[in-house]
Amino acid sequence: MVELSHDSRPIIGRGPPLTAYFITLAAISVGLMVADQRYHQIDRIREALSRVIYPVQRAVDFPFRATDWVTESFADRSRLRQENLELTARLRLANLQLQRFAVLEEENRRLREMRANTAGIADKVLVASILNVDLDPFRHRVLLDKGAADGVFKDQAVLDGNGIFGQVSKVNAATAEVILISDAEHAIPVQSNRSGVRTIAVGTGDQNKLSLPFVTVESDLQPGDLLLSTGMGGVFPPGYPVAQVSKVKRAGSMFALVEAKPTAKLDQAREVLLVWFKARAEPAPAAGDAGSTPSPASAAPPAQAGGE
Amino acid sequence: MFARRLLYWISMAAGLVLAIVPLPGWLDPVRPDLALLAMIYFVLTSPRIAGLGYAWLSGLFLDVLRGMVLGQHALGFLVVGYLTHKLQLRMRMFPIVQQAVIVMLLLGLYHFLMFWIDGLTGHGFTGWVRWLPVLSGALLWPLVVALGDSLTRRSS
Repeated sequence: MVELSHDSRPIIGRGPPLTAYFITLAAISVGLMVADQRYHQIDRIREALSRVIYPVQRAVDFPFRATDWVTESFADRSRLRQENLELTARLRLANLQLQRFAVLEEENRRLREMRANTAGIADKVLVASILNVDLDPFRHRVLLDKGAADGVFKDQAVLDGNGIFGQVSKVNAATAEVILISDAEHAIPVQSNRSGVRTIAVGTGDQNKLSLPFVTVESDLQPGDLLLSTGMGGVFPPGYPVAQVSKVKRAGSMFALVEAKPTAKLDQAREVLLVWFKARAEPAPAAGDAGSTPSPASAAPPAQAGGE
Repeated sequence: MFARRLLYWISMAAGLVLAIVPLPGWLDPVRPDLALLAMIYFVLTSPRIAGLGYAWLSGLFLDVLRGMVLGQHALGFLVVGYLTHKLQLRMRMFPIVQQAVIVMLLLGLYHFLMFWIDGLTGHGFTGWVRWLPVLSGALLWPLVVALGDSLTRRSS
């Protein structure tokens, strides 16, 4: 039971009248929402509040980080040895491939120079950890431990070791919020590695599924096709893996039902890379490409935001 | 008095922490709004100390913490706080089960408001899962009261 408090003064008559207070605060809330949604004027208020809230986020993150650290410190020797052997083997293999890659890269650069186009090669990366904080069960957002102080900017591309992860949606002083490519509000322009078909991959709210709603029935896409980023819109660097086509169903009259599985480990990644790259110098050949895919302007505000 | 005030702010912080602690995937949608429950409890027991400003601020901090539209949870907390204030004299007389029912209605209203604002700002998620916290919150209410009672008795 709730006990009767020692404080049982009448509701009305002491302090500010309750209803007037309520209406004032409600009006402020609505004003804040409108300002936040429409005019993006109050980023400074959010920034100030996020400074107050930062210790809370750190406090939530701390025990998880500490357990990680402890388990790592006390990992037994044989496991570490095993891991080391595996990594050495993998490194040897990677080095071998890299030798070939160096030649290819050189060749690629020469070709690109001929076309006077050196766009889209990541020239600076920053490793960021994902804070162990749950933002919203129904939206795919994560919080990184790098913010404006580290040079992070809005709409910056975020990658993990396996592909494109998402893009920065909000920048605070010491943290940044990232929207994953699987968020239902996210869309990313992609191109099939095999056939060159360009389209848009839209998040579904399921971390293992992207949907490609603007693929016509005749398009040349097959399960297993790797989808790479095209770099259109200037947000993501071109040529990085985004997803692998998992299902193509050619029913209906105009659009095929196509699904793809993100290559990045969206649900497991602990560390991600923030990428700086030189955006395409000349405007993307949008007119020619837009013909094959309907414009997703209404479906994809974040992915389109960075268009220059 | 000072101890009580401190208790309110500490429980607000605790509620906010529990709102963002990572939970296993299946448990995540069920997460009860402990910050909101704590707010209702304090508005019920001592409405003059924990007033509308307290409710509004809790909501605002939750907005920032979750990266939502600024003012969304603030408005939700404010509306629930105001109604609790209005119902306070009656609700304090109710047996615990009846109280839990009223709390469930308040939580339902709160989540309807959140759902509505989500829709307006284009974040709409329409699955039935999003209404689970209403149920889990109502079920937790007796526990919140028990915990709150023991804490306030110690502090005053």
